[in-house]
Amino acid sequence: MSAPAVQFKQDATRLSADLRHRRIIQTAMGKYETVRDQRKAAFQNWEEARQLAAITKWEAINHLDAYLEQLVSKLESRGTKVHWATTARQARDTILGVLRAAKARVIVKSKAMTAEEIHLNQALEQAGFEVVESDLGEFIVQLREEPPYHIVFPAMHLTRDEIKEVFDRKLGDAPSNDPEQLTMVARRVLREKYLQADAGITGANFAIAETGMISITENEGNARLTSALPRVMITLIGIEKVLPRLEDLALFLPMLAAMGTGQTVTCYNTLYGGPRQPGEPDGPEEYHVVLLDNHRTSLLADPEQRDSLHCIRCGACLNVCPIFRNVGGHTYGTTYCGPIGAVITPNLRGLNEWQHLSYASSLCGACTETCPVKIDLHHHLLQNRRNGSRQKPSWWQKLAFKMFAPIATKPTLWSLVTKLGRFGQKLHGLVKGSYLDPAYAWTRTRELPPIARQTFKEWWRTRS
Amino acid sequence: MSERENIIGRIREALAVIASVPGRHAPESKAHFAGGPAESRLPKTSDHRRVMPAAGAMPEEQLVLLRKNAADLRADFKLVQNLQELAGELKQLAVKEGWQRAASHRGELTSAAAQALGLPVLFTENSFDKRELARCDVGLSECDALVAQTGTVVVTNQSAGGRALSILPPHHVVLARRRQIVADLPAALELIKQKYAGNYPSMISLITGPSRTGDIERILVLGAHGPKRLTIFCCEG
Repeated sequence: MSAPAVQFKQDATRLSADLRHRRIIQTAMGKYETVRDQRKAAFQNWEEARQLAAITKWEAINHLDAYLEQLVSKLESRGTKVHWATTARQARDTILGVLRAAKARVIVKSKAMTAEEIHLNQALEQAGFEVVESDLGEFIVQLREEPPYHIVFPAMHLTRDEIKEVFDRKLGDAPSNDPEQLTMVARRVLREKYLQADAGITGANFAIAETGMISITENEGNARLTSALPRVMITLIGIEKVLPRLEDLALFLPMLAAMGTGQTVTCYNTLYGGPRQPGEPDGPEEYHVVLLDNHRTSLLADPEQRDSLHCIRCGACLNVCPIFRNVGGHTYGTTYCGPIGAVITPNLRGLNEWQHLSYASSLCGACTETCPVKIDLHHHLLQNRRNGSRQKPSWWQKLAFKMFAPIATKPTLWSLVTKLGRFGQKLHGLVKGSYLDPAYAWTRTRELPPIARQTFKEWWRTRS
Repeated sequence: MSERENIIGRIREALAVIASVPGRHAPESKAHFAGGPAESRLPKTSDHRRVMPAAGAMPEEQLVLLRKNAADLRADFKLVQNLQELAGELKQLAVKEGWQRAASHRGELTSAAAQALGLPVLFTENSFDKRELARCDVGLSECDALVAQTGTVVVTNQSAGGRALSILPPHHVVLARRRQIVADLPAALELIKQKYAGNYPSMISLITGPSRTGDIERILVLGAHGPKRLTIFCCEG
């Protein structure tokens, strides 16, 4: 097993038996489900909305070259500097270069999964910059020095007491464990940072090719402040985030909000088309957009799984996944967790090391059913399993099937083996679940139903 | 080769094989893929309207919906008859909340309101001091549209005094005309397209309620980083 697979197994075993962790997640998800279902019900036709969204993303992804070029020329025409990065390292170096040239020191960041993906914070800190996460959830996990737990709710695994504890320890300021008071502590601390910051770094939810705009969805106003006050603004965005037209947002913003957080639309949906223009009273002097590939083009090259680039990162598939809800976000050990993470990570970071994630699924299909852009998630998990065993067949699987095939194809042999099996199961009952059991690893947590006393053929023969 | 050429090159190579259209199992033919303008493949605004949450067709229905949405979002929505009534309401609010300093931009409604307030007013004009803006108790701004379907206030940095005015002070007061109410998001985006006709402001923001977070135990807290309160005054006529 690969190192990430060993880690996954250990953490999953520990967390699925951790009742406290499960209670926290179930409570949070219960609240989410209620509002999500209300919002879905408000649509006149949710299923058709999914189809329209899927077709729009299909169009954008399958003509990505044309839409990207349109986007970039529009952005550049109003003074935005566009950078292209094939690798995570190039993206980090580009951003460091921009910050150094601008003589920046303090940086505020608003939530960006792309930044997690390229480990931007570590790079910035190593280079001597002060970086502060401004999204409340991200701010909390940054103080705790851990990665976000969920792509939409980064601190959903923490209780108010744990948050009070880290505020006390790191900020020396936590009047109580009341969520409102804790939020106000973060507000005070970060307000000063926005005013001090030389540069702001953001992620993005959509890029509008037609008008050359970057669209950022948020609730707190931290991205708005990040892009209003510092003199340099940088947006790090995956190349797959393009939408063809401005009006597509009328569909995507309510769908993202419904599935992401159960809102009609989120509090701030903001489009940025450039740095401060002549005649505008404020805004950054420089606007940089970094377009990140980081293996997205290899996913694009697989027509079977290309639709996983349709993902709008709403997190809905995580929320419905029985595996995610038991093992939690950190167990995946990846930037993107849950079903979408299990699908794309092996493609982005190597099938050999990450194919175990394709088995972190009950194949129940809840993810596929909930996805607002209709990504065929659970079939992609199966395709990853197939690709994985093609790339590196496992010897015991080959052996098992070599033994199974001749038995299953010869009726006399098959009936003999099922008879033996019935007897064997009785013998096995003597040691089942104990350390003497050769199948202990499997039977420890599982039950096999008893083999029927009579096979169908036997029953057929004895029928009068 | 530049990184741009590298990436675009890889994209073109990848797209040589076509993926099936969602909802269909067979891959599309090359002819469909390349042929016809994109508009023919993309959903129309009428398709969006057919599936999305309904908005009233009549102005009265839209006003009712806007009020309801604002209340759900915990924003205050007030319909006033004229500028005089607006000034009176604002003054009451100023006394109630103990405003010391206000920020505003120069506009038909905001200039009149700022003057009526009788408080020191910071106008967000060329190179104003952002720290001074941070000390203001309220930001007064106009807007481009109010969206009935969602309770959204549409602002741009040209219509609403820049980027910071509507987000930095703890209370954002929007001054709008009743004729600025539009039915739904498609109408709001269409209005932006028409109004700016290609010469877009560098920031367009759809503001839906006061700033909020649910990051601690999914419990709603208002005023995470942006305004804790959002008040919309809608002036008849």
